[in-house]
Amino acid sequence: MAKVLVVTSGKGGVGKTTSTAALGVALAQTGQNVVVVDFDVGLRNLDLVMGAERRVVFDLINVIQGEAKLAQALIRDKRIETLSILPASQTRDKDALTAEGVARVMQELREKFDWVICDSPAGIERGAQLAMYHADHAIVVTNPEVSSVRDSDRIIGMLDSTTEKAKGGGKIEKHLLLTRYDPARAARGEMLRIEDVLEILSIPLLGIIPESEEVLRASNLGAPVTLSSPDSPPARAYAEAARRLEGEKLEITVPTERKGLLARLFKGKS
Amino acid sequence: MPDELRPTPKIRARGRSFLALVLSPEPPLADWLAGLDAQIARSSTFFAGKPVILDLSLLAPDTVGLAELYPALCARGIRIIGIEGGNPNWAACARWDWPAGFLGGRASGAVDIPDDAAPPRVEVPRASSLIIEQPIRSGQVIMNPEGDIIILGSVGSGAEITAGGSIHVYGPLRGRAIAGMNGQPDARIFTHSMQAELLAIDGYYITADEIDPRYVEQPAQIVLTNDTLVVQPLVAPAFTRRKA
Repeated sequence: MAKVLVVTSGKGGVGKTTSTAALGVALAQTGQNVVVVDFDVGLRNLDLVMGAERRVVFDLINVIQGEAKLAQALIRDKRIETLSILPASQTRDKDALTAEGVARVMQELREKFDWVICDSPAGIERGAQLAMYHADHAIVVTNPEVSSVRDSDRIIGMLDSTTEKAKGGGKIEKHLLLTRYDPARAARGEMLRIEDVLEILSIPLLGIIPESEEVLRASNLGAPVTLSSPDSPPARAYAEAARRLEGEKLEITVPTERKGLLARLFKGKS
Repeated sequence: MPDELRPTPKIRARGRSFLALVLSPEPPLADWLAGLDAQIARSSTFFAGKPVILDLSLLAPDTVGLAELYPALCARGIRIIGIEGGNPNWAACARWDWPAGFLGGRASGAVDIPDDAAPPRVEVPRASSLIIEQPIRSGQVIMNPEGDIIILGSVGSGAEITAGGSIHVYGPLRGRAIAGMNGQPDARIFTHSMQAELLAIDGYYITADEIDPRYVEQPAQIVLTNDTLVVQPLVAPAFTRRKA
């Protein structure tokens, strides 16, 4: 039975698309069939982060409006064959998403894949609502900043009230993914502490992704960090988060840079 | 600066002329108004926004219904800017809001009141090119099903240009270009710098991945030959150079 996951946050720029791509790769690397779906109609980015922008012909809106079949719009990743992407349209806006159309596409994706990961647009409007509507699980991406935490709180409230699961009396499983975490700034007290974020949002922690140049570099290369530099701290954090999604119980740590011998020898001399 | 020292600004005025319509009601006024109503019914917007001069020269001070004429015209949305051929001192006109008239004016013959019901003029079809002199941004859609599209500027990634005819981009083409959308296999796509995401002519398409890297970021044209899109370098045919 496929699992439908929405990656959401309310606030923009916290790392939804990056996390969607990185988790999609991490899950697909275990051999499961994974599709990442871009719901950010009008401001699509997932195709760029996944390095698939040069192969987009049809998109989610074409499928919803019956202009193309799902199989025509799905782009299979060239590096991992169990990973596909369903791009969004750049020339339309979120009004082109219809509830019935999205329901039909999600049903079809459920039949084809083990994991359907929906990259939600920022905001709490139609696009975000439709992205989360069919989800079984939600990953709430949050930065350790007050504004991000408050927006995440709002989104969690919506996950518990406006989704299909919630309306059917069920409960959507929610996971907190803390991104752009900077241990040095946190030690100086310039960031919200992890405990504080957890206390405010009170949903289980899926992982802590350290702030890293690696992530930015990966996005610009069109290769998710879990693929481009799998040994980097953020990639390890994403890989562990993916294993937790599959039900493994792993202790949560903040992966850090492994210092090489030279770096240790010259410690304090630079 | 004190007010008295400030130079008085010079006021400039420009001329603008409008054609005023002259209505000359004739007795019996009830019939004339009925005729006017029939005219308005056929051409509902004819009097909208038009200045009207009311000419009373065919009427007498005691014409039946004269007192009600002015309010009747106002009620029909007719804007009377002047009244001539009558006298504000006529008893019947005592309650009229007699406008201050205009001097001069030149008669310009009868004006045809068009019928709405008449068939509209047949537009002569014209193979029209759409010329755009600004960059096309991501997400913008430019469409001209009738003819060519000419863009003096760049086409951003995520923008879409769709033409019935050919597409000319005098700048980098980074978005999508769809030419010959209504089944014109001889349509072409031209650009100063080929960086397109998708190219299509007459329903055949290729994506960025299928463009030969030799032509990327080069001036290029795309031609449909034997149902295949062919990217060619854009070079002018060798002209013999004229002597200066």
